[in-house]
Amino acid sequence: MTVRKHVEGHLAFTRREFMIGAAGFTFAIAFPGCAGTKKAALEAPSGGALAPSAGDAPALSPWVSIATDGTVFIQSPATEMGQGSLTALPLILAEELDADWSKVRIVRAPPIDELYGNPGFGGMMYTAASNAVKSYFTPLRIFGAQVRRVLMENAARRWDVPLSELTTEPGVVVHAKSGRRLGYGEIAAFAQVPAKAPEVKPEELKKPSEFRLIGHDVMRVDLPSKVNGSAQYSIDVHVPGMLYGALVRTPVENGKPERVDDAAARAIPGVVRIVRMPYGVGVLAETPWAAFAARDALQIEWDRKAVGWGFDSEKGMDRYAAAARDLRTEGKPWDKTGDVKAAMAGAATVIEGEYRCDYAYHAQMEPLNSVASVSPSGDACEIWVGTQSQSMAVGAVAQALGISRDKVRLHDMLMGGGFGRRGHRDEEFVVDSILLSKEAKRPVKLMWTREDDLANGRFRPMSAHFLRAGLDASGRIVAWNHRLACDWVTPFMDPVRYKGAMKGNDFIAIAGTEIKTYDVPNRLAEQLGQDSGMRTSPLRGIGVVANKFATEAFLDDIAEKRGIDPVELRLTLLKNTPRGQAVIRAVMQESEFRRPRPDRSLGFAFADYADTMLAGVAEVSVDRGTGKIRIHHVWVAIDPGIAVQPDNVVAQTESSIVYGVGLTLSERITIKDGQVQQSNFYDYSVPRMSDVPEMHVKLMATPNPPTGVGQMATPLVAPAVASAVRAATRARLRHTPFTPERVLAAMKA
Amino acid sequence: MAIDFTLNGKPVSVDVPDGTALLWVLRERLNLTGTKYGCGASQCGACMVHVDGKPSYSCQTPIETVRGHAITTIEGLSPDGTHPLQRAWVAERVPQCGYCQSGQIMSAAALLATNPHPTRAQIVEHMNGNICRCGTYQRILRAIERAAREG
Repeated sequence: MTVRKHVEGHLAFTRREFMIGAAGFTFAIAFPGCAGTKKAALEAPSGGALAPSAGDAPALSPWVSIATDGTVFIQSPATEMGQGSLTALPLILAEELDADWSKVRIVRAPPIDELYGNPGFGGMMYTAASNAVKSYFTPLRIFGAQVRRVLMENAARRWDVPLSELTTEPGVVVHAKSGRRLGYGEIAAFAQVPAKAPEVKPEELKKPSEFRLIGHDVMRVDLPSKVNGSAQYSIDVHVPGMLYGALVRTPVENGKPERVDDAAARAIPGVVRIVRMPYGVGVLAETPWAAFAARDALQIEWDRKAVGWGFDSEKGMDRYAAAARDLRTEGKPWDKTGDVKAAMAGAATVIEGEYRCDYAYHAQMEPLNSVASVSPSGDACEIWVGTQSQSMAVGAVAQALGISRDKVRLHDMLMGGGFGRRGHRDEEFVVDSILLSKEAKRPVKLMWTREDDLANGRFRPMSAHFLRAGLDASGRIVAWNHRLACDWVTPFMDPVRYKGAMKGNDFIAIAGTEIKTYDVPNRLAEQLGQDSGMRTSPLRGIGVVANKFATEAFLDDIAEKRGIDPVELRLTLLKNTPRGQAVIRAVMQESEFRRPRPDRSLGFAFADYADTMLAGVAEVSVDRGTGKIRIHHVWVAIDPGIAVQPDNVVAQTESSIVYGVGLTLSERITIKDGQVQQSNFYDYSVPRMSDVPEMHVKLMATPNPPTGVGQMATPLVAPAVASAVRAATRARLRHTPFTPERVLAAMKA
Repeated sequence: MAIDFTLNGKPVSVDVPDGTALLWVLRERLNLTGTKYGCGASQCGACMVHVDGKPSYSCQTPIETVRGHAITTIEGLSPDGTHPLQRAWVAERVPQCGYCQSGQIMSAAALLATNPHPTRAQIVEHMNGNICRCGTYQRILRAIERAAREG
C-alpha cells in the first residue's frame, strides 16, 4: 500500500459545506450548491464494494455522492474489526435511498465528528458497545430518504409532473403514468441540490415489509479481500522512506526508566537511533528484525514509584473478595430501586453467594501497531491505524504533538481484531508511533511484538462479587444486592467520558449488575472500586460477562436452595418481559433441554444485554480424573430486534460464544509485582478449533428497533457451563476461568 | 550474501542477514503482506506459508533455510483468488476481522493437497495450530468440507 493511494481517499466536498450530521440527531443536512462534474465510468460492479474515495462524483449530501454512471458512493462512519459495520451501515442508508446495491461503493468517512459522529456516543466517532447499527439506524435511514427525495424532486421538475406521482425502484426514479424512467446517475448529471435538505418524517420511511436490503444478506464488502491476502491493515502499510520502530514500555503504568544500558542495542547493524521516551525506551531501525533485536537488547531499570508495583493478583483477589463481603463499606450505587436495606431486613430468608473472575486479555490477532509520518517541523502528521475511534486517535495525536486536530490526517485501516482494546482515550500505541516519527523526522512503522501486546496489556478487570437475595415467605425474591469489587476501568480507559457522559459511573465495570428485566422490587448494585494501579480495559462483553456470571450462577444457587427449576425461576422473573421469555422457550426447544443425555449434562443462562435478549444452553462433559471440561454444544436464541444482516448476526453470535468459551475455560492473566506473567499464546490459552463446541444459533428477529449483536452471547457461556457442571458433578464453580485444578477442587469441596 | 529461492513460481533473491525470519522478508522486503505476524513463536499460524508444498510457520523459518526451495504464499495460492478453498471461504462467509485467514487457508490447502477428503477429526487435528480470535472455526470447518466436496 502506498501513500498516494490513501491521499486520494478524500471527499468531493469541503468542510464549509458541512453543517450537521448524525451527531445532532437532526434531519437537516447542508448540501453543496449544485451538482458537480461527471465521474469516469467504473468497472461493472457485482455488489457493494469498497472504494478509496468518491472521486469527483457529485455530492448529494455529506453521506452520498452519485456518479453519472449511476455509481453511488456512501460514507461509512464506523471502523471495521470484523463485525460487519462497514457493510451494514451504508446498507441502511442505501435501503431508504432505494439504491441499487450492485452500484454502491463504500467510502470510509473522514474524522469529522460533527457530521459522522455516533449519536450513541455523544457525537464521537467510536465503534464500540455493539451500538453502531443501534445508534445510526434511524439517522442513516433519514439521510437516505432525503437524498432519494432530492432525486425525485429533480425528476419531477425535469418531467414537469407532481412529486406525488413518482416512485423509485432500485437506482431508478419512475413515473408510472407516462412510463418514463430516470436512473440515479442520469439525474446526478443535472441535479440541483437544495441548500437545505428536504424534511423526511420517520413515518415516511419504509415499512419493514418494504425492505429490499435490510434483513436480506449481502456479501460483506471487506470479505473478498480477506481470502486472498489483499486486505490492508495498518501493519501492512508501507510509506516510502519509513523506519521501523519498536519499544519497551514500562511494565507498570506510570513507571519511568531510571537507568538505561543501550550499548548492545546500538551495536546491532541497522539500528538508527535509541529514543528515550517518558514511559520507556524506543528504537528506530532500518529493518524490523534490527528493531526487534535492539528492543530485546535494551537493559532498563525502572523507578518504582508507580502504584502498581508490588501488586499480586492472587493476594489481590482475596482482598477484593473481603471488600465485597464487608457490608460496613457502601459502594458506589448503580442499579438502585426501592429500599434494599429494609426489604433485606424484613426478608424471611437471606441467601448469599460469592463469585470471582480473573483478569483477561483481548488477544486480538494483530499485535498493536501504527504508522506515523510527522512533518519535519512537527506541525502536522499523517497516521495509518486500526482504531475503534477515529476521534480518539486524532485527538491523542493532536495532543501528543500540540497541534490542532485538522493537522492530523487519519487513514483508518481494517483492524485485525479490536474487542475493546483499540478504543482507549489515550490510544497509546498510536502515540508511540508519533513520538518516534517526530524524533526520526521520517515516517515510522511502530510494531509491538506479541510479548509487548501482553506486557503492555490492558485487561478485563479482576472482580469479586458478593450477592445477597432476600426472599419473602412465599419464596419470591424481594431484595437483591450485588456488591462488585474490582479494579477501576472507565476512569483509566477514558477519563473524559467517565467524567462526562457517564457522570462518574464506571460503566465498563458495573454494566450488567443491573437486572432491570427481572421482577425484583428492591435492588442495589454497588461498586467497590479498587486502586490497584493495574491497566484495565473494556474487553468484549465488558462488565456484563463477569456480572452476568455472578447473577445467573447466583440464581441457580437460589433455585437450588428453594428446590425449584432454574429455568422456571427465570421465566417467573421475566413476567414483564415477553421477549425474554420467548428466547428462553426457544432455546429450551432447540436444545431439547429436558431430554437426558448419557454422560453429558446441560446448563442454562439468560442475558439481556443492551436491549438484546438472549438465552443459552451448554452441553458439557467433565473428565472426573483431570477436571477438564469439554463443551460439546452451545445453543443460543437471540432477539436483536430487526436483524439488518441476518447471517452476520449469526456469525457474530458464534464469534461471541467462542470468545466466551475462552474466558470460561482457560483465559487467565496473573500479575506478580505489578507485572504481567504471561507472554504469548503458549501461556495465554485462547480457544482453538478443538476447543470449540458445535454452535446452534436461533435468530429470532422481531420488528423492534435493532440492538447490538457483536458480543451478546459472550456473557452466557460461563453461567451456562457452570450450571451444566453442577448438574454433572455436583461441583459449584464460582471462579472463572474454570481450570481443571479449580474443577477438581470444587468436586472435592 | 544473497539468498535465492522461488516465490510463488518466480525466482527471487534477497540479501538479508542469516537468521532473519522468512515472514519479515516476505512482508517488508518483497511486499507480500498477506502473510501475517501474529505471535512470532509458531503458536498462532497467521504466518503460514508453504515450503515445497509443506505448511511452515514463516515466523520461525530462518531465511537461509529456504535457499533453493519453493515458497508459496496466499498471494500465490491461485492466480486469481479462486482456489477451491478461497471460493469456499467466501461461500461460507468465514472471515470476520480476516487477519488470521491467510494462514488458515494456507494450512487448509496443505491438508487438502495430501488428503483431499479429510474426516472432521483430521481437519480439527490439522487446523489446531491456527488461532482465529474471532472464533470463525465452525465456518472454517464447513468451508474445508465444502472445498473437499466441490473441489
